[in-house]
Amino acid sequence: MMTFAGSQQIIEVIYLLASALFIFSLKWMSSPATARRGVWAGEIGMVLAIAGTLLHHGIVDYKWIAIALVVGAGIGVPLGLVQMTAVPQRTALSHAFGALCVTLVGTAEFYLRTPDVPRFMMAVLSLEVILGSLTFTGSLMAAGKLQEVLPQRPLTYRGQNFVNLSLLAISIALAAYLVLHPGAKQLFPAMIGIPLIFGILMVVPIGGADMPTVISLLNSYAGLSAAAMGFVLDSKLLIIAGALDGSSGLILSVIMSKAMNRSFTNVLFGAFGQVQTSAATDQEAKSVRSATAEEAAAILSAANKVVVVPGYGMAVAQAQHKVRELYDSLSKRGVEVRFAIHPVAGRMPGHMNVLLAEADIPYDRLLDMDEINGDFPQTDVALVIGANDVTNPSARTDSSSPIFGMPILDVDKARTVMVIKRGMSPGFAGIDNPLYYLDRTLMLFGDAKSFVGNIVRELGGQS
Amino acid sequence: MGSNLIDALFIFMLAAFIGFEVIRRISPLLHTPLMSLTNALDAIAVVGAIILVGEHKSTFSTALGVVAVIAATSNAVGGFLITDRMLKMFKTSHPTKP
Repeated sequence: MMTFAGSQQIIEVIYLLASALFIFSLKWMSSPATARRGVWAGEIGMVLAIAGTLLHHGIVDYKWIAIALVVGAGIGVPLGLVQMTAVPQRTALSHAFGALCVTLVGTAEFYLRTPDVPRFMMAVLSLEVILGSLTFTGSLMAAGKLQEVLPQRPLTYRGQNFVNLSLLAISIALAAYLVLHPGAKQLFPAMIGIPLIFGILMVVPIGGADMPTVISLLNSYAGLSAAAMGFVLDSKLLIIAGALDGSSGLILSVIMSKAMNRSFTNVLFGAFGQVQTSAATDQEAKSVRSATAEEAAAILSAANKVVVVPGYGMAVAQAQHKVRELYDSLSKRGVEVRFAIHPVAGRMPGHMNVLLAEADIPYDRLLDMDEINGDFPQTDVALVIGANDVTNPSARTDSSSPIFGMPILDVDKARTVMVIKRGMSPGFAGIDNPLYYLDRTLMLFGDAKSFVGNIVRELGGQS
Repeated sequence: MGSNLIDALFIFMLAAFIGFEVIRRISPLLHTPLMSLTNALDAIAVVGAIILVGEHKSTFSTALGVVAVIAATSNAVGGFLITDRMLKMFKTSHPTKP
């Protein structure tokens, strides 16, 4: 009895340490200078917590624990080594894994405890498995769309929101019934199955450009379901980690939806795909000015201040290393080159920064929208590579535009704007971009990677 | 159960506040590594799954627990690994930090 109580206390102290390390881990993430220390703190906390758990007196069999830990680590290593462009789908996949773990544990706990489940516990257990299972399938769908094994286009049909909300309502009703009658085992599979379907249907109408918001939201759900699991198991450590993850995901989702000028409900229930048709149809024959790599190189080398605006198109074309060469070449000539990063550039929050950092572009050259927007009027050249809607001035001026009100990068205020683009096709939202028809805008038609490469070669030839 | 529940709610509330205050200060520059880090930290759910497997109360619960441990461990290992890989790439243009 004494030893039980003693070892239990040691475990609690270890969990306390792990919780503190997790909080430090996030705190150190606030600056790139200390961020790697944050990873260390998190790792030590995790190892301590797992080691402490193994001391738990109720554990009678270590064989399967060991096998599962080894297999899990074996799966984790390749998932930690994916390419940086694939980080969004990897993240979505890990939301799915986290949610899977929580749902399975919740399910096992229910069948072990039924029919004697106190009401509050049954309520949090229901929350745990409902959030967990919808996050599981929703994240798998998101990962599939990001990996392009599933169609990225938003899929919508009449009554979609009604169907989705009804499914959610049914699973909540089942949960309520189970809270009152925790012995009703036969209802439990339905309470998991329906959110599994809901998770799929929830992500079906969401297009590629909304992925940053959706990934953040799923992150938040995964955290909340883990916190709910903490309530069920009476584990303070789990409650703390879940609350940290949940609040992180929530903050990121708020930032993302603000950056797209959309509410949560709008992202989840208003598939962006529908609004555009009318906007894309008025195809007047407007004229654009285009330029060659040689002309672009001449203008760039004569500039003092250049701001590069990278978008997801740059990453798709794998042009970031050529962009770095351009940065080097211009910097050597004394041109000040900076990068303007829109919050939703890329497929998850902060994705573009990682891609540029991978190409060895120093992070102090990467500026947020708010930091850079005031500088565009003093910028000689704004070079837009693979970005479209986040530079569309109609978001500021045209109240009939579907993206009206969305905060954008004010590239149209720069003295010269250059846009590298494959052709005149509109962006994901199908919205025409008036930026392209401005007198100060030069269109550089071609593949981002080879065009930037050509500019770099021209710059080299001139020196 | 009663006082435990209230304690747990206090802990949840305080941790959520800490989360909001700490994460609000994180620069958008690091939002991707932040998400993969919180993902890895969230894999702490593995402790619940380990106990479930170890207690071996039924074949069913052990089987679910094994899958849960695998899923969470792969998140922890993969999450920390990729976060560190990303952070290693962030370099400043000033060789010595002021």
